[in-house]
Amino acid sequence: MEAQFLQIVQMLQGFFGPVWPLVYTLLKIVGIILPLLLCVAYLTLAERKVIGAMQVRLGPNVVGPWGLLQPIADGLKLVFKEIIVPTQASKGIYFVGPALAFATALAAWAVVPFSEGWVLANVDAGVLYILAITSVGIYSIIIAGWASNSKYPFFAAMRSASQMVSYEIAMGFALVCVLMVSASLNLSDIVHVQGKGRFVDMGLGFLSWNWLPLLPMFLVFLISGIAETNRAPFDVVEGESEIVAGHMVEYSGMAFALFFLGEYSAMILVSVMTTIFFLGGWLSPVGFLPDSFVWLAAKTSFVLFLFLWFRATFPRYRYDQIMRLGWKIFVPLCMFWVLVVGIWMMSPLNIWK
Amino acid sequence: MDLKTAIFYFLATILVLASVRVITARNPVHAVLFLVLAFFTASGLWLLLQAEFLAISLVMVYVGAVMVLFLFVVMMLDINIARLRQGFWTYLPLGAAIGLLMLAEMALVLGGRYFWLEAMPEPAAPAAGYSNTKELGRLLFTDYVYPFELASVILLVAIIAAVMLTRRIRADKIHQNPREQIAVQRNDRIRIISMPSEKE
Repeated sequence: MEAQFLQIVQMLQGFFGPVWPLVYTLLKIVGIILPLLLCVAYLTLAERKVIGAMQVRLGPNVVGPWGLLQPIADGLKLVFKEIIVPTQASKGIYFVGPALAFATALAAWAVVPFSEGWVLANVDAGVLYILAITSVGIYSIIIAGWASNSKYPFFAAMRSASQMVSYEIAMGFALVCVLMVSASLNLSDIVHVQGKGRFVDMGLGFLSWNWLPLLPMFLVFLISGIAETNRAPFDVVEGESEIVAGHMVEYSGMAFALFFLGEYSAMILVSVMTTIFFLGGWLSPVGFLPDSFVWLAAKTSFVLFLFLWFRATFPRYRYDQIMRLGWKIFVPLCMFWVLVVGIWMMSPLNIWK
Repeated sequence: MDLKTAIFYFLATILVLASVRVITARNPVHAVLFLVLAFFTASGLWLLLQAEFLAISLVMVYVGAVMVLFLFVVMMLDINIARLRQGFWTYLPLGAAIGLLMLAEMALVLGGRYFWLEAMPEPAAPAAGYSNTKELGRLLFTDYVYPFELASVILLVAIIAAVMLTRRIRADKIHQNPREQIAVQRNDRIRIISMPSEKE
């Protein structure tokens, strides 16, 4: 299998010659994006199925066996729908919004390590890159809200942008703790650090992952991640009862679909980040099973399930409560925990040597 | 022309065009968006200089936070272009003087070889395994730790000052207190009284 793969690679290398590195990188990008889009499509189905089950309904079950073709049908519908541009919209910027939403959601995946060595760009400042790219994503929302020239999208854009800026701070501080204990900004190194320690030697790797020593930060990161992706219970951005459906009200067809794809791939990204920072990435939870990509996928699916579970369980927060949670509870808690971790690392009890 | 030079000229062209549009765009929101584009391309240029940490922080801090707030303010403003044009001729001398000063400074930088640039040795090529992020972190927290801490304290003072300047508690406005709302007990909201049924 391995030898065959190498043979194919060599054959292609000979065929493309000097442009091979470019072609190879493009192939790798396609190898990331295609499965990602498939995951996004089936995440929407999973969401409807899971929430249906929690509310004792069946969920989609008509299109294909067990409703498995439902996402394909939804996608086809969106592709063939007419795109209606409001007359008073700012035309050029109006289309930049959805494109930016989709582009930033995909660009962040460049530094995500899927398994040992399976990473498109193994850069030293990987964590910063992800934070930077996701913060650019805010523009898609602001631009969409402003360019639609309509009041409800504008309100939603205001709400969303201030919510995302606020929770980015809590998220960043939670990451500071992770960076302190891993002494690296490289995502692969962050995972490697979690694979060392007393519990790993005992064969109980899952106890040495960051979630246990940094438990409060894990919770802060998870909750901030939900707020950051504007998911329930923090989805005041699309509070149906107040402001219709958020910044994409005036978008239809594929323009809307791009926002939708961007939102769901951002959800998957936050889950993968939680997995890498706190749940040991691709590391195996117990000593007798090998580390592999399967673990990363399983952990990410679990975090995604939490997202869906929360949506079905909690009622929506009020806006001032969201702001209070972010600024008055999470930020002070994070600052305190940075101090605690700092003192812990300087004390003889340091477990991260 | 190798690939690196081509990328440099590509980014530089976008940067110059975007910067020009910042001051010529009629709509202030468009101007801010062009400024964002200018920042983003500038960070691309920094990446070419192998300063990946600075490039990423430029995007994170300026594009991701500062410009978002800037855009917020500009979107909410009701800007009257005619009123902005008032006093153009009175401010022209001052503006022209500052412009000339900037031009002179840029000439000093760009025409470095006429101004003893060679007095500074060229930086050595980075060794393998060199990490710009690590080097910066080491410098900031060892050699430059006092200036760094001083800057952070000044910023903190500025934050507190800004909050205090804009903070006013209005007596005529009804506030919700989330702390009280969360701490509420059943007994605060309902009172169960035992009332025997009455007969006429």
